Parts: sequence; C-alpha cells; structure tokens
Amino acid sequence: MAAPTKFELKPGMATREAFGKTLAALGRENPAVWAVDADLSKSTLTSYFAKEFPDRFVSCGIAEANMVGVAAGLAVSGKIPFAASFSAFIMNKGFEQLRVLVAYPGVNAKIVGTHSGISIGEDGPSQMSIEEISLACSLPGFVVFAPADEVATAALVRAAAAHYGPVFIRTGRPKVPVIYAADQKFEIGKAIELAPGADVSLFANGLLVAEALRAREALEAEGISTRVVDFHTVKPLDRDAVARAAAETRAIVVAEEHLVDGGLGVRVAQVVTETNPCPMEFVGLTAYAESGTPDQLLDKYGMRAANIVAAAHKVLERKR
Amino acid sequence: MVLSEVLMKRTHNVQELQETSKSVRRAIIEMLAAAKSGHPGGSLSAVEILVTLFNDVMRHDPANPDWPDRDRFILSKGHAAPVLYAVMAECGYTPASELNTLRKLGSIYQGHPDKRFIAALEISTGSLGEGLSVALGMGLAARWDKRPTRAYCVLGDGEIQEGQVWEAAMFGAFHKLDNVVAIVDYNRIQLDGFVKDIMEVEPLAAKWVSFGWNTIEVDGHDIAALQKAFADAGSTKGKPTAIVARTIKGKGVSFMENNPKYHGVAPTREEAEIALKELA
Repeated sequence: MAAPTKFELKPGMATREAFGKTLAALGRENPAVWAVDADLSKSTLTSYFAKEFPDRFVSCGIAEANMVGVAAGLAVSGKIPFAASFSAFIMNKGFEQLRVLVAYPGVNAKIVGTHSGISIGEDGPSQMSIEEISLACSLPGFVVFAPADEVATAALVRAAAAHYGPVFIRTGRPKVPVIYAADQKFEIGKAIELAPGADVSLFANGLLVAEALRAREALEAEGISTRVVDFHTVKPLDRDAVARAAAETRAIVVAEEHLVDGGLGVRVAQVVTETNPCPMEFVGLTAYAESGTPDQLLDKYGMRAANIVAAAHKVLERKR
Repeated sequence: MVLSEVLMKRTHNVQELQETSKSVRRAIIEMLAAAKSGHPGGSLSAVEILVTLFNDVMRHDPANPDWPDRDRFILSKGHAAPVLYAVMAECGYTPASELNTLRKLGSIYQGHPDKRFIAALEISTGSLGEGLSVALGMGLAARWDKRPTRAYCVLGDGEIQEGQVWEAAMFGAFHKLDNVVAIVDYNRIQLDGFVKDIMEVEPLAAKWVSFGWNTIEVDGHDIAALQKAFADAGSTKGKPTAIVARTIKGKGVSFMENNPKYHGVAPTREEAEIALKELA
C-alpha cells in the first residue's frame, strides 16, 4: 500500500446529509430560505429543515412537475426555495418545468438532486440518475455543482443560496471520504487543483475525486507526475484550469459517475479543442447499471482508481 | 374608444367594462392581422375574464409593477397572449402603440408571454399545464408573508388535459390556499377540434369539486356574473376556488365563433376588416 499523502482520506458523511444539515443551518440564518420536497424528505434529508421549520417546508406529495412550479412561484415571490428529490425524479420528471418555469425566465430556484449515480446500490437503474449533469447543463443560465465531499457540499449549498439564479446541486447516497479541510474556499466556476503534476491531468468530480487521488498515488509511484483537479462546478466550466492543464500536461483523463455522453468529460473536451488540443480519455458510464452493493457496482462499472490509472496509461501512450 | 397609453380605466361598472372588452377585442384582431399568425379564438373567449380581473377585481398598480402586495396574474394558456397584451396595454403596463408588432423580431409582444421582454409578467408561459403550480407557490409565499395578495390563473379547457394541472389541484386543496383562483376558459375547442372529440374533460365542475376546490360555474362573458364569482372566491376560507367559465371560442366575431379553424389561424386583412366592423 502506498504511503499516506497529505490527501489521506478520512471517512465522512454522505453529500446528501451535508446538504440537509446545511439547508437547516441556512433556514436558521435566512427566513427567505424554503424547502420543497416530494415525499422523499427522509432520504433527501430536507427532513432536518422540516423538523425545525415546518411552516417553510412544502410537502408536494409524489408530484415533481408541480413541485418545480411551486418552487418557481415561491422564488418569484422573493423566497429562496430549495426543491429536492432523487436526481432521477426531479431532473427527469421536472425537466420541462425546469426549462419553462425556471431556466427560461431566469428564476432564482435551487434544485437539489440526491441519490445520484450508480452508488445508490440495490434499488437499481430506475432510481439511479446518470443523465442529470447533461440535462442540467443543457439549461441556459443554470449553475451546476457536483461536490465531492461534505465540506464542498456545505460550501456550495451556501454558494447556491447566495447566487441569484437557477442552480442544480448533485449529491449522493453513500458516505464519502473527506477531501477538503474545513476552511477550504469554494468559488462558483473555479476548479480546485488538489495536487500538482506535469505528465498527466486527472479531472474528476463527485465520488470520483477520491478515486482520482488514489489513482495519483499509484501513478506517482510509477514516476508519473500527476495533476488532480476537482471540477466541483460543471457549469460554468473553469476554462482556464482546462486550458492550463492541456497546455502543461498535454494529456487529460476525465472521471465521473455519470454517462460519458453529455457529462463533465465532453464539456472539458470542448474547451480542450477550443484552446490547446491534446489526447484525452474518459472514465464514465456508457449504459444503465443494475442492483448490487455500491462497492460491487463501482467495481463492475469501472468507477475505481484502477480504471483511472488504466486510462492514464492509455492517454500517455497517445501523448507525443 | 382608443386604447389608452397611460390611463387605466378601473371601474365596477359593467357597461364600462363591456366597452373596454370591445376595444380589447378590436386590438386582438388588429394585432393578429398584423402578425399574420397567432391564436384568435382562445384570446377572444377570455376577454371578459381578463378585463374584469385587470380593470376591476385585481389589486395592482401599473405605475408600480413590483408592488409586493399586488395580486398576481398568470396566463397559463399562454397562446392567448394577445388578450393579455391588449389588457396590459390598456392598463398602461406596456405601449399600446406597439401592439401591432406582435410576434415580430425584437417586439416585447412575443408569441407567448415572455418575462424577459415584459418585466411586469409574473412568469413566462406557453407550455401548457404549468401556470397553476406557480400561482400556488405565490399563494404559499403570500400567506407566509401575511400579504393580501391573491393569485389568479387562467387555464384553457384543453390545457387541463395536462396531468400537472391535477397535481396542482391536489396541492392547492391540501395546502388550503384560499388566496388562489383558477379560472378555466371553457370554450370547448382545442387545436385539433372540439374538446369532446379529442379528450373529453367533463364532468368538469365535478372534477374540481372532487379535488376539494370551491367551484363556481359562470357564463364567462357575463361580467356581472364574473364579478360575483370573484367576490365569492375572495370570501371563501380554507380552500382555493375554481371558476369554470363557459365561453364561446372566437366570441364577438361571427365567423370565428365556435369555429375550430380560428384556434390557431390569424385573420387575413379582409377578414380583420369584417371583424372590426362587427366589433365597431
């Protein structure tokens, strides 16, 4: 086993839990903050907010289209609504309403998807959201976050509340390692370089940031100087961080717990081709998964450090 | 009567509201003929509903469109934009002199109501079934803020075939949003033909009753009846109100009345001249 680095990963809470706790804290600080939920508050953990602020918690029943509309109505009345559900449901069943009632008029509503990706485990593909980054990024004006740990989630939920305009926040079900120090600063649209490197860059977000850090340890042990960058904001994308890594390392691997189609990787590729073209490889999903434990699924569907290492080897072969 | 740029004719007087309705109908015909496309039938059917709301019932101030205590209006059947534009211009929100730029590049009078072009619109609409949810969110916020604000939402009868309307109907009754009023412009025609032949919505009033709404059936062209219905809605506590307004598609223009063709076809210049004579 590789020696611990300064990024030695400690166990932490699920990003959905960090969302729930931060939302309740925001509720204490700002009476304009509301929570809107569709019969999943015990899972999205808006339940923390609901317990403290029942009058600002809106139960919509299992009706996501109406939920998004109600959130829009609250927002245009001066409230800061956080509408939360499983990513799969709020993004897919609420998408048309997000388009016409939120994105198009530029309404100040915050949309939070929990249980994203395949790491929810046993419930299977109907509950697994692997398309929503693509959907959220397709909506003009939306800011799209995919935080990696509890520190990032807390900071980005606060950033969402402070930002005027539509925001989507992607969170997950399982407990995840802590990547960041408690005082880490997060800025909308500003990627964070977690480790320097000159031979290859590993870009990731969400659950795959920890895997990218583990992959770096293996690559550094081989003598490969490896940069790791967390793209916690998928939109607006940090073009400078992409262009700089493309120019300086000339090889990029992008890793995400999402369909490769329409995810972080293709958005990065667009900027790479527009700035400093270089070889790229993509670690992501290409099909619907199945039931299993989260660990079994992450192994089977290639969401591990080993997959990132393999992609790095491949991209380095292609690098001239 | 010429549409006023600035002066809003607020009145309870039925005859004056009828006159305003007539001038609004003329403006609808003029702007659609100039645009050469658009939806006359469902604009003409909703004239008395909007005129009664904007010129009598609603609490609003065109000189102060951001007034926090204002009532909110949402045209969920956004394709009837011409009636909304004519009424808003009549009130002085937007220039009446530009109504005939409807649907033209750069016009504030977009094909469907667009908040980016007219800030006084509460929300953009045009994709059917979505407006009532927004009105209910406004109702929640107003109740929390202890404002007198009421939210009025006009829906089409074809529109209520959208499932989201019934999600909203359940929500409004469950949350006891008595500051929200849904008005169904029941003109019995949708794009492909008569509602009864496309997807019957009857028994319509019974549906709203069964969803827990205070439900009132009226003749949607009878201004006095509309005034009474809105007053009834205002004094009803603990439940939202649905007004099922029986109307005539294309009302006021003989060859458009009850004619499915004029759901989404603008009058030619010649047809417009005939229509304007009938509305003189």
